[in-house]
Amino acid sequence: MSEPDVTSDLGGAQLGDTAKLDDTAKLDDGAQNGDPAFASQDAVRLEDVHKSFGDLEVLRGIDLSVAPHQVICLIGASGSGKSTLLRCVNLLESVDRGRILLWGQDVTAPGVDENAVRRHIGIVFQSFNLFPHMTVLRNITLGPTRVLGVPRDEAEEAGRALLVRFGLSEKQDDYPDRLSGGQQQRVAIVRALAMQPGIMLLDEVTSALDPELVSEVLGVIRELAAAGMTMLIATHEMGFARDIADRVCFLDEGVILEQGPPGQVFTAPGNSRTQQFLRRIVDAGRL
Amino acid sequence: MPVRGSREGAYLDEQTLLAAGAPPPGSFVGNGRGSHLLGGQRAAAVSTVSTVVFIGAVIALFVFAPGAAAVRHTFFNPQQMKQAFLGDPSKGLYSVGKGLILNIEMFLIAEVLILFCALVIAVLRQLRNPVLFPFRMLAVVYTDVFRGVPLIIVIYGIGFGAPALYIRGISTQSDFVYGIAALVLSYSAYVAEVYRAGINSVHQSQVAAARSLGLSQWKSLRFVVLPQAVRTVIPPLLNDFISLQKDTALVSTLGAVIEANRAAQIDSSTLFVYSSYTVAALLFLCLTIPLARFTDRLIARDVSRRLAGGRAVR
Repeated sequence: MSEPDVTSDLGGAQLGDTAKLDDTAKLDDGAQNGDPAFASQDAVRLEDVHKSFGDLEVLRGIDLSVAPHQVICLIGASGSGKSTLLRCVNLLESVDRGRILLWGQDVTAPGVDENAVRRHIGIVFQSFNLFPHMTVLRNITLGPTRVLGVPRDEAEEAGRALLVRFGLSEKQDDYPDRLSGGQQQRVAIVRALAMQPGIMLLDEVTSALDPELVSEVLGVIRELAAAGMTMLIATHEMGFARDIADRVCFLDEGVILEQGPPGQVFTAPGNSRTQQFLRRIVDAGRL
Repeated sequence: MPVRGSREGAYLDEQTLLAAGAPPPGSFVGNGRGSHLLGGQRAAAVSTVSTVVFIGAVIALFVFAPGAAAVRHTFFNPQQMKQAFLGDPSKGLYSVGKGLILNIEMFLIAEVLILFCALVIAVLRQLRNPVLFPFRMLAVVYTDVFRGVPLIIVIYGIGFGAPALYIRGISTQSDFVYGIAALVLSYSAYVAEVYRAGINSVHQSQVAAARSLGLSQWKSLRFVVLPQAVRTVIPPLLNDFISLQKDTALVSTLGAVIEANRAAQIDSSTLFVYSSYTVAALLFLCLTIPLARFTDRLIARDVSRRLAGGRAVR
């Protein structure tokens, strides 16, 4: 089978610069009238985001912006707040202070329909979190059928096409526990893509995988990046981050200590904490 | 020989390690009792003997006890048992066998209603919508009350209380209906808690995955959490239904429902022996034991699936 055109396969429009929040009326205008101000909006913008769990302050003032088509990698030790940051963007956690804007619209404002927001954000978790009681295909079509109201056969056709695209077509009728970790994680990525999100959040998606299964998952992410998907990636795979990221952010104790192009952050980190962190990674043979 | 920290600050040299690591030859030979090859036969022999001795002792108790003959006469009188099972209208005897059909009817109707009501209650307690707060409160109070009140009192309360209210449509029902209502009220509280345990056993990450697709709280519950929850609680649910099966006999206290237990009561007061109760007991066992074995099999299958790392065929 010849390599299909990646962009069209993933639904080029959804990967385009104005990934649309079609249900949120205000955004609709901007997106569909081709408002230049809208097109130039950051896909994601965090302003002074704070988040605590009880006494533990996990995010202590995060400012971050992700332009459309950009791939941003978040690096930093476990507990530095990477996952929490991603979960806040997806509204799985509420922020205590500051705001988060998606394509210019404040999604942390009161009265926002969180389900409508999440429809446009794909998130992939470290532990896959596939639905164990559903086949692979049903995992993928659940969102489109039950949230977007796509007819079942249409959703299944689109789902099959995505599975073919990512080399999982013969697994469509299997239950998740019959798949390897790598396959499960690829299915989880496909499940998120099936909603045709405007941005993908990847939360240490290879951390739970056996080493030999990591590359198949990273391959999928590379393809997404090549297709122009906007992505915010929390990762421990430094080599991968160096390859794929437009910008690398180093998180430490809930703040972004340093950010810049990967060449700069990895080879000439300015902050001593970043240097220390990277030295440990190098010592462990991971970079 | 101390293996760790044998000398302050000194590393163990390779020889000490090796010497410490290897047990002397023959260390793994057992004392014969637990050895694998002979164990199978030995264990079978031991269990056979112990079973024979135990059953023998129980039989001896019934044969040689001072009152054994009287007990056999009152509880295990074959002639009376047959009469009680078949019933004999000419002698005013009700059929315990026919009565049991009424028990099965009550059980089946109550079970369907309980499964439904309990699910509604469990889901109500789960939803966090502020509009539903009063219902949530009500659900909590309901489960607290009806789990705490003995079933027999609920049966009295409804069976004798509802008719006394003189409410059209409610106060004119048969005892059969009141009995089922009491069973449903009491058991729904238990079964709702079983459902709730199942719902709580579904990992939060599943909810996160569902919500992140944009599914509402209700849809996440409906399509992701509940299907998994129900699957895990099937064995405990069956357990509750085993006891529901036999608790249908308590409805006999309302008097007018001639189910198996009530039929046995009437027969025993006519024949002046308790053999009819033995018939009822045996019939109930015929119902509950198959269900109990079925439950065991489901649990065993569940365990083996878990041991297989979830890789066994569904």
